Amino acid sequence: MMRQLLFALVVLMPMSVFAAGGESVPYHFDANMGNQASLQRGAKLFMNYCSGCHSLQYMRYQRIADDLEIPVDVMESNLMMTQGKIHDTIQGTMPAEKAAEWFGKAPPDLSLAARAHGADWIYSFLRSFYIDDSRPTGVNNLVMSNTAMPAVLAPLQGYQALKHAEEGHEESGGESHGSDEPQFEIVQEGQLNPAEYRAAAGDLTNFLVYVAEPAKLVRYSLGFKVILFLLLFTGLAYMLKREFWRDVH
Amino acid sequence: MANRFMGWVDERFPATQLWNEHIAQYYAPKNFNFWYYFGSLAMLVLVNQLVTGIWLAMFYKPGAATAFGSVAYIMRDVEWGWLIRYMHSTGSSFFFIVVYLHMFRALLYGSYRKPRELLWIFGCLIFLALMAEAFMGYVLPWGNMSYWGAQVIISLFSAIPVVGEQLTTWIRGDFVIGDATLNRFFALHVVALPFVLVGLVIAHIMALHHVGSNNPDGIEIKANKNADGHPADGIPFHPYYTVKDLFGVGVFLTLFAGVIFFAPEFGGFFLEPPNFTEANPSVTPEHIAPVWYFTPFYAMLRAVPDKLGGVITMFAAVLILFVLPWLDRSKVRSIRYKGLIFKIMLAALAISFLILGYIGTQPPSPALTLTARIATIVYFAFFLLMPVYSVIDRTKPVPERVTE
Amino acid sequence: MSKEGVDVRKRRFLTTATAAVGGVGAAFVATPFIKSWMPSARARAAGAPVEVNIAALEEGALVSVTWRGKPVWVVRRTPDMLKTLDEVASELADPDSEAVQQPEYCQNKFRSIKEPVLVMVGICTHLGCSPKYRPEASGGQLDFPGFFCPCHGSHYDISGRVYVAQPAPLNMVVPPHRYQSDDLIVVGEDPGQGEEAA
Repeated sequence: MMRQLLFALVVLMPMSVFAAGGESVPYHFDANMGNQASLQRGAKLFMNYCSGCHSLQYMRYQRIADDLEIPVDVMESNLMMTQGKIHDTIQGTMPAEKAAEWFGKAPPDLSLAARAHGADWIYSFLRSFYIDDSRPTGVNNLVMSNTAMPAVLAPLQGYQALKHAEEGHEESGGESHGSDEPQFEIVQEGQLNPAEYRAAAGDLTNFLVYVAEPAKLVRYSLGFKVILFLLLFTGLAYMLKREFWRDVH
Repeated sequence: MANRFMGWVDERFPATQLWNEHIAQYYAPKNFNFWYYFGSLAMLVLVNQLVTGIWLAMFYKPGAATAFGSVAYIMRDVEWGWLIRYMHSTGSSFFFIVVYLHMFRALLYGSYRKPRELLWIFGCLIFLALMAEAFMGYVLPWGNMSYWGAQVIISLFSAIPVVGEQLTTWIRGDFVIGDATLNRFFALHVVALPFVLVGLVIAHIMALHHVGSNNPDGIEIKANKNADGHPADGIPFHPYYTVKDLFGVGVFLTLFAGVIFFAPEFGGFFLEPPNFTEANPSVTPEHIAPVWYFTPFYAMLRAVPDKLGGVITMFAAVLILFVLPWLDRSKVRSIRYKGLIFKIMLAALAISFLILGYIGTQPPSPALTLTARIATIVYFAFFLLMPVYSVIDRTKPVPERVTE
Repeated sequence: MSKEGVDVRKRRFLTTATAAVGGVGAAFVATPFIKSWMPSARARAAGAPVEVNIAALEEGALVSVTWRGKPVWVVRRTPDMLKTLDEVASELADPDSEAVQQPEYCQNKFRSIKEPVLVMVGICTHLGCSPKYRPEASGGQLDFPGFFCPCHGSHYDISGRVYVAQPAPLNMVVPPHRYQSDDLIVVGEDPGQGEEAA
């Protein structure tokens, strides 16, 4: 019986059912909610580069200020690009119909993007823009091919050309690339070098993971205390049970 | 003082009598093992779902335009809303884990055998009601999987000949899944089915107490009574099983809290990624799969190439449970005294059920479909062949008194 | 089953200990449910303080804003209006504002922080209509500047204090408010809350 139970548990262990999809997600990213500085940088990046088109309709500025310990005046002067008040939800500044008109598709709200797609997907998306003259925006993206989104972070990342996508182990110059990662070549540099841009993409991903579930900042520490308490209770309950069951033979 | 108060109550309401009959002096076998925790745990989870469900209903707004946003409101704006939501979503998955283990206990020890057939049937009805309740509950957040899952399952009814299409429209309340469907599912999920579930659970416990509990040895403890008229192998439920179940509750809550606080999505099984996108009639998720607890039956549905055949197979897999008491003709109740055939068949049932569960989560493929067909046959074989193998199987002599 | 050698004290101790810890646990579990009834972030956003800029508010003029779903009036009263406050005192039901219809820093005849500027919820304390502003005594309705409620005829003075023998029982409510600067009033916060200009 125990073996069957164990087997059941093993089968039910977290398996990411949806990673086996048709999309390419070349990079892995471990989001870290404990890094407040990263979250703050991510917030700033989002407000500066993303909030022009993408809303966070379920998130309030006040919540970000409280959770990330950003003083209200800093929040208002640096991180609020709209006419809104600090307790408002974060609406995009681009009207939806105009966006649909200009890009063919309204830029989606990103409140839950990290939960719908995962941190790996977002991080990979941010890193996978490459030059593609066949596209109206001049760029394409490995993670979401033929995306209508322009390379908004190009000022930071620069522009890159795609040498080969993952799993193509064609060599250039006789080297063999053992990894499955796509190979890009920088054709125009941005303000940040590749390592700095990877960090920035990580900050932005961290921020979006936080936005998708603000409770994530508290639930681990709270869970630790709850489980400690429950172990205490269970221990006492066990001693109580054993004491009473001495009667039973 | 308390005695006088209880005296006053007892003259007007059988409070002490009920307490004695069902708890303090309900004599249960003393050899309950691990498999006997799951009944009380199922009640605990039911209470959890009721309380957290009522609280969610204070903030949730049923309606195609408002539902998804209201869940986001609960997760972010309502104080502690996120915790109440996770308790409810995790609870629904844990409900099925507990219930499946609870049912498996019955298969192990023959708890469905005479005179407990009606007890078993109430249990099967609870299982059906629970599946309906869970299905409708999953539609309420109005995510994209909610929408498309509802679409697929409700469209199954159209396979029924003659009345199928009309029936499906009647269930939906519209020509497509939408606001009308969502609102009625809300009423059924929050009001109607909880009443049905609680009523069935009460009937289930009354049926149990009327005949007394089975035990791992499958013998009737009432056959051996002490001088004081109580079963020699029985012990009063209170304090022995209240105290033991309290420990079980502690272990359970620790695991429950582990999931709620550290892995509420449970790898995408308890909360599925496509459901974090709002319902979209124009965009289907890459893989439409029901929540994990339905996947064994979903795999059976897909294994049959004909739509109506698949629907019938899927329902038959649940309905066959009802007749189990009459399929088992063994001389003994418990697996402990049954022969090798039964042990193999039960292991095969469990393994095929798990395999079917896994297959149900995956997109279809020829290899998986073949495996699903074999597993479905094995599943049904456990039941359909039982009238034969339960007779020819060699049994061991059953003891007079319970063993540890 | 034997009851010999039962250590009753140990049983009682363990039972009490488990019950106590269980009780604490129950209190812990109940807390989120009870707290969830507090105003949500959405309610707090809708009920957030409202700023009123009175730089352009002329003497004798009234400007109205909405705070927590209610009309809040800001009136820049003239010196002549303020003089009437003593004259009418004897005819008022609660001239010293003893009933708690205003914050303690507004418990004065002006019912305000700065003498000329009245900040007041424009709802009659009788049955909830919105009274009319009468900057000048209008013969028949009021002898002195004040407010008049057309629904059942309640009269208030220019500080919102109700006259005797009116349908309305109480002075109109003065909400918590503070001065962010000389011209910027924040309705909904007390002085000392938020960031105040030096």
